[in-house]
Amino acid sequence: MSKMLSKIQWMKLLVPIVSVVLGLLCGAIIMVAAGYNPLLAYGSIVQSIFLQPYYTGETIRAMIPLVLSGLAVAFAFRTGLFNIGVEGQLLVGWFASVAAAIVFEGLPKVILLPLCIIAGGAAGGIWGFLPGFLKARFKVHEVISTIMMNYIALYTTSYLIKNFLYTEGERTPTIPSAASLASPTLANLTQGSRLHWGFIVAILAAVAMWFILWKTTRGYELRAVGFSPDASKYAGMNVSRNIILSMTISGIFAGLSGAMEGLGTYQYMMINSTFTGIGFNGIAVALLGLNTPVGVILAGALFAGLQTGGLTMQSVAGVPVELIQIVIALIIFFVGSSYVIKWALLRFSMRGHKN
Amino acid sequence: MSILEVLAIIVPSTLLTAAPLIFTALGGVFSERSGVVNIGLEGLMSVGAFTAAIATLFLEHAGFGNASPWIAILIAAVAGAIFSLIHAVVSITFRADQTVSGVALNFLAAGLTIFLVKLIYNGNGQTPYIAHNINKISVPVLSNIPIIGPIFFQQVTYTSYLAIFVSFVVWYIIFKTSFGLRLRSVGEHPAAADTLGINVTRMRYIGVMLSGFFGGIGGAVYLVTITANYNVSTIAGQGFLALAAMVFGKWHPIGAMGASLFFGFAQALSITSQQIPYIDRLPSVVMMVAPYVLTLIVLTGFVGRAEPPKADGIPYIKGQR
Repeated sequence: MSKMLSKIQWMKLLVPIVSVVLGLLCGAIIMVAAGYNPLLAYGSIVQSIFLQPYYTGETIRAMIPLVLSGLAVAFAFRTGLFNIGVEGQLLVGWFASVAAAIVFEGLPKVILLPLCIIAGGAAGGIWGFLPGFLKARFKVHEVISTIMMNYIALYTTSYLIKNFLYTEGERTPTIPSAASLASPTLANLTQGSRLHWGFIVAILAAVAMWFILWKTTRGYELRAVGFSPDASKYAGMNVSRNIILSMTISGIFAGLSGAMEGLGTYQYMMINSTFTGIGFNGIAVALLGLNTPVGVILAGALFAGLQTGGLTMQSVAGVPVELIQIVIALIIFFVGSSYVIKWALLRFSMRGHKN
Repeated sequence: MSILEVLAIIVPSTLLTAAPLIFTALGGVFSERSGVVNIGLEGLMSVGAFTAAIATLFLEHAGFGNASPWIAILIAAVAGAIFSLIHAVVSITFRADQTVSGVALNFLAAGLTIFLVKLIYNGNGQTPYIAHNINKISVPVLSNIPIIGPIFFQQVTYTSYLAIFVSFVVWYIIFKTSFGLRLRSVGEHPAAADTLGINVTRMRYIGVMLSGFFGGIGGAVYLVTITANYNVSTIAGQGFLALAAMVFGKWHPIGAMGASLFFGFAQALSITSQQIPYIDRLPSVVMMVAPYVLTLIVLTGFVGRAEPPKADGIPYIKGQR
């Protein structure tokens, strides 16, 4: 029996790995069908992100918001909630952090930088709180409400930038250096990439997620609600409050993700006519990372690497960078179909036993 | 500016923007009534718009002239239905989380269509413009009726009337035929439907593929009447707007049509608001976010509760309670 259980544990870990392999394999098949050289394409990705410091730096830079978005999705998943609203929470977090930096210009860095990061997290938290509240109080499904919140965020932030913080180039002014996470040291180390100190925030957030969910009573309740809302309610837990709390914390992670883009990568916010895609990628990251902090970091590294390396792939092998998006989509399909993958693996391993 | 003149600007513009939403939202109704959540409407519209662009360009070249966009819409519908098979297989047969599958469908559509555009047009990220759009026309005779004519029958496209007509057909199919009853039953209580001999899996496949069919039409109509070429930002959020319209319309075909018209109205207002007295003082963002805020309000139940089908989003596993 215990052997069987350990086998299932193993299988859990195997699913993401098999999914990634299958996704890359399908990507290669598409490339061959379209007349490209998959070995050259994948080779150029690996070569650039591991051997060229600039691309290594950009990969880690791209990881920061991806990991935070992934944590946001994963955290809500643990309470049985599907937060598709990371994209919107990210946008309001981005806007709030940049706005705070510009409004409070002149404050010393020790105060201003934390203030801006908190502003980003808080804005995202509010944007996550609302769907949580609607779900807990009115039973509004969070998938629909967070999609609506995404668009409200997209249009509202654009409007606010256009009317209150506008500067030439369809964007806000650049934030004061006292609010910036950018680092000349890190940039020099990576031949001028946009790598910034935000990676510390991402790591701290991953630790925070682990600590909250697995080391506190509240986290135990959150996970219990995720396993079974009815049983949790019967055990005397306040399901509504846990739903609201989970969505709020998830929103905070997402807001931080946006703050990292505002304070680190770009140092401003542009008027977005469409979504950044980071929030949606966060869903893929969380799924692939099995909703665990370590898994999210690993999955974030993989997707960040693929996206950064995708640019080299386009220039070296001539493959349109959209191939990476196709591969990521296929990986989500495969991870989502884990039931079939597990079944196939089980059949496979059983056959091995008989022989 | 008189009220009539204002209406003569807004109503045709509303009908124009609503048509793609109506088709796509009707697709959503089919899928969700059969018990499969379809977040992938956006992706289905993208596939439809992409196919319509390529097909129209090809047909024009082959000499089909004004018939090209209409044939292209049909081809796009088939393409949408085929593409939606991925969602059906993954979420029905493989029992994946339907929301996850829908998200992946959107990803795949966005990536694949642009990948193919670049492949076909040597690295160029957008298709050329089609020459034969479905143009705005004035309906003969009817447009000469005083008052009603200029508002409802001038500067419109036939696709808008078609969309409204089709939503009544869909209503009839879902609520007045045995096929519709079966479709709804597998979305409400699949186990009960199964005991009565209804093939749950097959009905759900049909539901999803119809959503692909209509989503494809929606995307195609958007392309041949509004944008005329396909690029990354062609279907920017139209599919999610259609999803909102379906929810706002309480999973009902006529409701979905009404909601689409209303959302089209909000879009039309946000575009034409500068020309209209009083409304030009309102910040444009109010009109932009109105559809989404109103959908949220409807969901909270202040204006009559919106309930999804009972088994919406739950994979059916035979023999499981």
